[in-house]
Amino acid sequence: MEVNQMQRSFLEYATVLFREGFLDGQFSQLQMLQDESNPDFVVEVVSLFFEDSQKLLNDLTTTLDQQNVDFKKIDAHIHQLKGSSSSIGAQRVKNACIAFRNFCDQQNLEGCMRCLQHVKQEYLLVKSKLEALLRLEQQIVAAGGAIPVLSEFS
Amino acid sequence: MELCNCIEPPWPADELLMKYQYISDFFIALAYFSIPLELIYFVKKSAVFPYRWVLVQFGAFIVLCGATHLINLWTFTLHTRTVAVVMTSAKILTAAVSCATALMLVHIIPDLLSVKTREIFLKNKAAELDREMGLIRTQEETGRHVRMLTHEIRSTLDRHTILKTTLVELGSTLGLEECALWMPTRTGLELQLSYTLRHQNPVGFTVPTQLPVINQVFNTNRAVKISPSSPVARLRPTGKYMPGEVVAVRVPLLHLSDFHIHDWPELSTKRYALMVLMLPSDSARQWHVHELELVEVVADQVAVALSHAAILEESMKARDLLMEQNVALDHARREAETAVRARNDFLAVMNHEMRTPMHAIIALSSLLLETDLSPEQRLMVETILKSSNLLATLINDVLDLSRLEDGSLQLEIGTFSLHALFREALNLIRPIASVKKLYITMSLSPDLPQYAIGDEKRLMQIILNVVGNAVKFSKEGGVSVSAFVAKPDSLRDPRTPDFFPIPSDNHFYMRVEVKDTGSGINPQDIPKLFMKFVHSQPHATKNSDGSGLGLAICKRFVNLMEGQLSIESEGLGKGSTAIFIVKLGIPGRSNEPKLSFVHKGTKNQVKPNFSGLKVVLLDDNSVGRMVTKGLLVHIGCDVLAVSSGDECIRVVTHEHKVVFLDVSMPGVDSFEVAVKIQEKFSKRVDRPLIVALTGNNDRMTKENCRRVGMKGVILKPVSLDKMRTALSDILEHGYLVESQ
Repeated sequence: MEVNQMQRSFLEYATVLFREGFLDGQFSQLQMLQDESNPDFVVEVVSLFFEDSQKLLNDLTTTLDQQNVDFKKIDAHIHQLKGSSSSIGAQRVKNACIAFRNFCDQQNLEGCMRCLQHVKQEYLLVKSKLEALLRLEQQIVAAGGAIPVLSEFS
Repeated sequence: MELCNCIEPPWPADELLMKYQYISDFFIALAYFSIPLELIYFVKKSAVFPYRWVLVQFGAFIVLCGATHLINLWTFTLHTRTVAVVMTSAKILTAAVSCATALMLVHIIPDLLSVKTREIFLKNKAAELDREMGLIRTQEETGRHVRMLTHEIRSTLDRHTILKTTLVELGSTLGLEECALWMPTRTGLELQLSYTLRHQNPVGFTVPTQLPVINQVFNTNRAVKISPSSPVARLRPTGKYMPGEVVAVRVPLLHLSDFHIHDWPELSTKRYALMVLMLPSDSARQWHVHELELVEVVADQVAVALSHAAILEESMKARDLLMEQNVALDHARREAETAVRARNDFLAVMNHEMRTPMHAIIALSSLLLETDLSPEQRLMVETILKSSNLLATLINDVLDLSRLEDGSLQLEIGTFSLHALFREALNLIRPIASVKKLYITMSLSPDLPQYAIGDEKRLMQIILNVVGNAVKFSKEGGVSVSAFVAKPDSLRDPRTPDFFPIPSDNHFYMRVEVKDTGSGINPQDIPKLFMKFVHSQPHATKNSDGSGLGLAICKRFVNLMEGQLSIESEGLGKGSTAIFIVKLGIPGRSNEPKLSFVHKGTKNQVKPNFSGLKVVLLDDNSVGRMVTKGLLVHIGCDVLAVSSGDECIRVVTHEHKVVFLDVSMPGVDSFEVAVKIQEKFSKRVDRPLIVALTGNNDRMTKENCRRVGMKGVILKPVSLDKMRTALSDILEHGYLVESQ
């Protein structure tokens, strides 16, 4: 595939992601931080995000399965997840975390369980999308092109 | 005849004569022998007798004489030769001793006589000393009495006690029958009986002061004997009772005003009291000199004590008055403070309460104007908008004015372009002027600097107000505005000789003249222009709007800018000229204020270089940490990222200029970390600047950050630009001016 074409499809894809709210302006910021001295910045951050979030989600599942649910712990985990997702620009995950947090404050177990499912869903979605986007990036780089800078759409 | 060694007596033996001679000789001998014995006895008794030798001699003489006479007894009859020899030898011895004694006595008797004269002399002397002792003792007594009296008098500062005690003590010391004190009345023309010793309640007797006897007493400072029948001595009106000898003495009443600073009070004060002392009539006592002296001394002491009491009374009155005044002042101050506080509270509340709806009205009206409206509706909305703008201005003016009067208003100094300011002001006024078909001309002198340092907003307000007034009061013609640098000569306005502006290297005075061809002002009304809420032309209110505050506020602003505002007019119909001079700073000199709201437009958008800037980042969220670190690295910083508070405190060194702390970490008290970091560095210069990163924009978080000494708060998510701006701000100013 031609570099231009690849770049175009990258842009289109990214636009869709922004429009659908999967990503927000923060992700663009991340892209801007990537330069010659730091060529894999975005990949590194995204990978770290995946690791972190996976672990958090597992912990959350375990904690919610307990007999006596420790809401404080849940709150702490959710806080972390919210922080990470907002740092990377994963908007829908962040919003889901906020909702989760509300239920946690109310100590509503049912609501929390539902929210957990929602967060997991969103996470998986954004994970697959990000992976796809990063694959496109790699292809562009491999073909010798420059990654187009995403401007703010939101 | 028988031969015998007998001697015949020389004379015939007369039986009778011989008998008597015999007896006499015997007694003589007896006496002569007893005298020395007596002498010895008495001399032994007496301790002092300097003439023992004389005594011995005299004794020997007497004894021998006695012996002679004794032996003579045997010679009356026939006696033997032996007796004759003894007799003769005795006589010879006696003769020798008596001659010696006689010779001795010549020396002794004058001495003995002189002893006697010395004795008489000493006796006289002793009598004299006794007399003198008596005198001294009397004086001592007197002195003691006076001291006691003085002590009693001076131990109290109460006037009544002083006087009463005086009378009592005098009475007891001198054994008086009666003692009275006459005090002068307020007018000084009469003396009133104020205190007596025996009379418990003296009736208010008065005697005129001009009586000869009283004058006599007042004219001397000695105690004067007066007649018992004089009016001051007649204390018991119904009495046939006549007191004994009477003495009167004056008691000077000194006043505080008598004590001038540099001279002692001369007793030229006319106020005296009269003290009258009466001896008992039945004792036939006389006034002795020492008693008179005592009375005089007491009178003086009483005068001093009274003056002390008077001074004390006056000072206590003054002190009480002061205290009262203090209390009243304090009360007034508190009231004033309460009033000011109440007004400030009211203003603060009204400020907010009034502005909020005002803004709502203005904002919504403006928005409304942007929608589709029919012409009528548009007109209505425009009127609403104009009116509410006016109202908003009025509210601001009122609030400004009260702050101006408080002195709490401070100019907001900044650098601005003079030309731009004038242009903008005139652009605002031009539409109104053109509607009225008035021209506006502006001429800015070429020696006016391009930029100046001052309060741009308020200067604009002044220009708008002054030029607006000019336009308002002109029906035809126009307004011309000219601004130039004021020269020192032109600065001296003869009307205000107190205004001496002195230009310096850092400042210049700008003079602006606004001439209009309007209705002019009556010169008498000019002062009223600057008064609040006063319209100078009540009949022109149809065209004029405004609260009447404008000029008053402008004047105050101009004063704050160390300048002057004045209006001249030659009279009604002749137009008027408003002139104001303000002090402005010259930019580019060292007087650039540090706390400036730097206009973003005037500075070049140079991307500041942070290469190598050592910073520390604390965030427990790994993703967040990585992102922020990447951001900082991209800007050029040398970042040390940590994930725990303890680690952060440990790794911070004096090389790190900034520390970024995420304050929304649960389980880590970032504020504690901030405090500990600051404690780690004792020297202020080594301390890094601490900045908080948070997702919370609430006031509480900001307050907490400020309290622990953080220099700024950055809201997450952080963009590249935001981080750049924030970092440059904090490095330049030491704190974040604005945080978003």
